[in-house]
Amino acid sequence: MAKAKGKVRFNEDRCKGCELCTTACPVNIVIMDKKRINVKGYNPATVDEMEKCIGCGNCATICPDLVIEVERETK
Amino acid sequence: MAVVFKKTEGLTDKQFHYCPGCTHGIIHRLVGEVLEELEVVGKAIGVAPVGCSVLAYDYFNCDMHEAAHGRAPAVATGIKRILPDNVVFTYQGDGDLASIGTAEIIHAAHRAEKFTTIFVNNAIYGMTGGQMAPTTLIGQKSTTSQAGRDAATTGMPLRMSEMFATIDGAVFVERVSVHDVAHIRKAKKAIKKAFEVQLEGKGFGIVEVLSTCPTNWGIAPVESLTWLKENMIPYYPLGNFRTPEEGK
Repeated sequence: MAKAKGKVRFNEDRCKGCELCTTACPVNIVIMDKKRINVKGYNPATVDEMEKCIGCGNCATICPDLVIEVERETK
Repeated sequence: MAVVFKKTEGLTDKQFHYCPGCTHGIIHRLVGEVLEELEVVGKAIGVAPVGCSVLAYDYFNCDMHEAAHGRAPAVATGIKRILPDNVVFTYQGDGDLASIGTAEIIHAAHRAEKFTTIFVNNAIYGMTGGQMAPTTLIGQKSTTSQAGRDAATTGMPLRMSEMFATIDGAVFVERVSVHDVAHIRKAKKAIKKAFEVQLEGKGFGIVEVLSTCPTNWGIAPVESLTWLKENMIPYYPLGNFRTPEEGK
């Protein structure tokens, strides 16, 4: 069975760097970008290996600040 | 690719003022999503409390009314009685609902007022700077219980949902948590059910949501989720206490 493919988009300026999304990702691809700070002054959450995303929506479900939008491939 | 998760129509675009990792944001979103799914955003009227969520009227994309500290159920009673076809809810914290506003909420439930209450329990006063609340756990440190809450002088933490479960007018009572994704999904189901009970005119519904307060607990956001799971849930057991079938 082929794995579902997904994509997440971060509305980075809303992120407060709480890291809750990093605990919810089943494939552990959501990380905090320690090299950048956003307009609020936090290290924003991001994804480096987007090809591993399965579009489950867990990160968006636990995000308290409506940062994340999720897309999933439909068959 | 199809969008499977985006911001609900039930919330405005305004950014939350809550501290990083505060689960108020998750609970706001769940309420907004439920209003959208039930197609009642246009006829919903929320009543905001005093506490961290005092600015909730800026975030919900429906008519909102501010109430004095703890008095949201009294205001909601008036609104729902005058406008019975609208969907009315209060959004209250534990300092608001379980302390100064206990009389209002108990009697609103007792009168079976047909509105819905979202009760956010984070076991501390947030906005005022982390004072001890009725719901603060034994041994939990706060600015007014610096050695930890002591049962001998301050009693035991108040379990509100168990109290509502003894009131006939409260037809839907459930306690949920938002400390992980599975529980967030369950919490949404409970909130939806509570609003459906109102739409069916069956009586008062309340959902108690266990929430974190990383700032005033003095714990990082991710560890706060674990603290909630390990300390709050054993004292505040999750589950449904009342559904309309048994609550008449």
